[in-house]
Amino acid sequence: MGVKRFAVGCFDNEDVLFPAVKKVRKAGYKIHDVYTPMPIHGLDAAMGLRDTSLHTAGFIYGISGTTTALTCISWVFTIDWPLNIGGKPHFALPAWIPITFELTVLFSAVGMVLTFCYLCQLAPFVKKHHFHPRATDDLFVMVVELTPKSNESEVIGFLQNAGAIETKIEEAETGWWLGRYDKDKRPFESPNVISVQ
Amino acid sequence: MSSLKEQFVMSPRYRMWSLGLMGVGILSVIIGFIMYGTGDEEAKARFWATMLQNSVYFLLVVNAAMFFICATTLAMGGWQMSFRRVSEAISVAVIPIGVIAFVILMALVLGNQHHLYHWLNTEGDKVLEGKKGFLNRGFFIVWTTLTIGLWIILGMKMRSLSRSLDNNPLPNVEAGRRYVFTNTVWASIYIVWFALTVASTIPWLWLMSINAHWYSTMYSWYTFASTFVAGLALITLFVVYLKNKGHLEVVNEEHLHDLGKFMFAFSIFWTYLWFSQFMLIWYANIPEETVYYQPRVRGEYRGIFWLNLIINFVAPILILMRRSSKRNYTTITFMAVVLLFGHWIDFYQMVFAGPFSEHVQLNLFDFGVAAGFVGLILFTTGNALSKHPMYANNHPFFKETIIHYT
Repeated sequence: MGVKRFAVGCFDNEDVLFPAVKKVRKAGYKIHDVYTPMPIHGLDAAMGLRDTSLHTAGFIYGISGTTTALTCISWVFTIDWPLNIGGKPHFALPAWIPITFELTVLFSAVGMVLTFCYLCQLAPFVKKHHFHPRATDDLFVMVVELTPKSNESEVIGFLQNAGAIETKIEEAETGWWLGRYDKDKRPFESPNVISVQ
Repeated sequence: MSSLKEQFVMSPRYRMWSLGLMGVGILSVIIGFIMYGTGDEEAKARFWATMLQNSVYFLLVVNAAMFFICATTLAMGGWQMSFRRVSEAISVAVIPIGVIAFVILMALVLGNQHHLYHWLNTEGDKVLEGKKGFLNRGFFIVWTTLTIGLWIILGMKMRSLSRSLDNNPLPNVEAGRRYVFTNTVWASIYIVWFALTVASTIPWLWLMSINAHWYSTMYSWYTFASTFVAGLALITLFVVYLKNKGHLEVVNEEHLHDLGKFMFAFSIFWTYLWFSQFMLIWYANIPEETVYYQPRVRGEYRGIFWLNLIINFVAPILILMRRSSKRNYTTITFMAVVLLFGHWIDFYQMVFAGPFSEHVQLNLFDFGVAAGFVGLILFTTGNALSKHPMYANNHPFFKETIIHYT
């Protein structure tokens, strides 16, 4: 992953955040992400994110659940160990539908949860960098990715003009890692964090 | 708000089509009566079965529009406000079709059509005598009258509540709260009555009693799910039609997506009930229960029976599953037409496979009568839409539908 530089702008109003996102994108800056305390309708569209492919993954998991159930049960009851159950045919499809349905749901549910965790890089003991502690409380935090050639004060000024109430430049490793928060630079110790108010 | 096209005007073409379809229906009824109605017992029953199937199906479908309004009112829904007047207009058709269905049901019971309703003459039949407390003429007549009457009256009340705001906007928040509360009260009365009729007794009386010896506890829910899917399909079709005509500016693909989700979800719900009813009877394999499925699965009706499952389950699950297809006007229109037809077929096998198990007699007479009812719905809905503004725009939740986002 490597450490990158980011410009962080904090907004306290949804009505300011949406035009700001549009302005920043229009100016050609790359938005790393927008961290919000709650889901905001329409923000994904405003940020230009593509639709998630989690649905497709879920469909594939579901289909594999259906296939697993049907092949397994039909093999067991017609080839491996045919039993006469209540005089029903060995290939008793209606009786298998509930199990097939359950396995479809199980596969797609578990598969989608694991895929979701992987896509969000969530797992036990995994640490991620926080750009602003109040992103989980009452601020909408927009993070703009900088390149070595970026003019930092220009980006900060742009964010402030767009309505950010608090801005700063931060260096962070954006990936995820196992272990403690030692890798996370502490704001009051790090000389790299310039707070521009 | 002044820029919205608030008034629907029935175009000559629309009027011509609806009157034409109604003419086809009336002609079919006359020809059908000459062909079957004057014949022997079975031919007469054939005529009345067609009338019963079509009138009950279309009555329950238009009634589902009012159920949709009341259910969303109780759920404090705001997204449906943009096309609320459309479902209100569809529910106006409960009045004419309710009267027609009432006449047909009375003719069946009073005219002693025991080839269809063989519980009319018990003749020492132990099973039917045991069911006499429920299946008898008196109760049938009283309950049918009450059912259709209260659907009409409660529907009128809900519509007049919605229209009462058109010329006098709510003065303050307090009045808005009171208005929402009044709506909730009337909607809950409707829902309770709906539960006592469509979700329980009415399908038993009108349809399940065709197979009076047989019973299924799933039957009423199955009928409800069937007609609710078809009702949603009908609302969707009208919304798409009006959208094409340049009306309903605030309806966009978000609303269409939600209607599509409803259609998809209730198609799956219908399948769940279809399967639950089928599987338990298949598994238990008791002759008095399997008698219902004998003509359907093994007999002459097997084609229609499996076609029913393909149209109403396989088609929606494959076509409506994707997000993009629920937001596409073409696919959603296609699926709405398919589902309306599919549940008509469902009702066909529910009514006909019992008394006419020897062979399927589906012919132009059935389709003609169905066309007549379609014309009647088109005419009544268009007429009701053109009388009142297209938007309930003084409703407290109206803003919610404009900013709706899924």
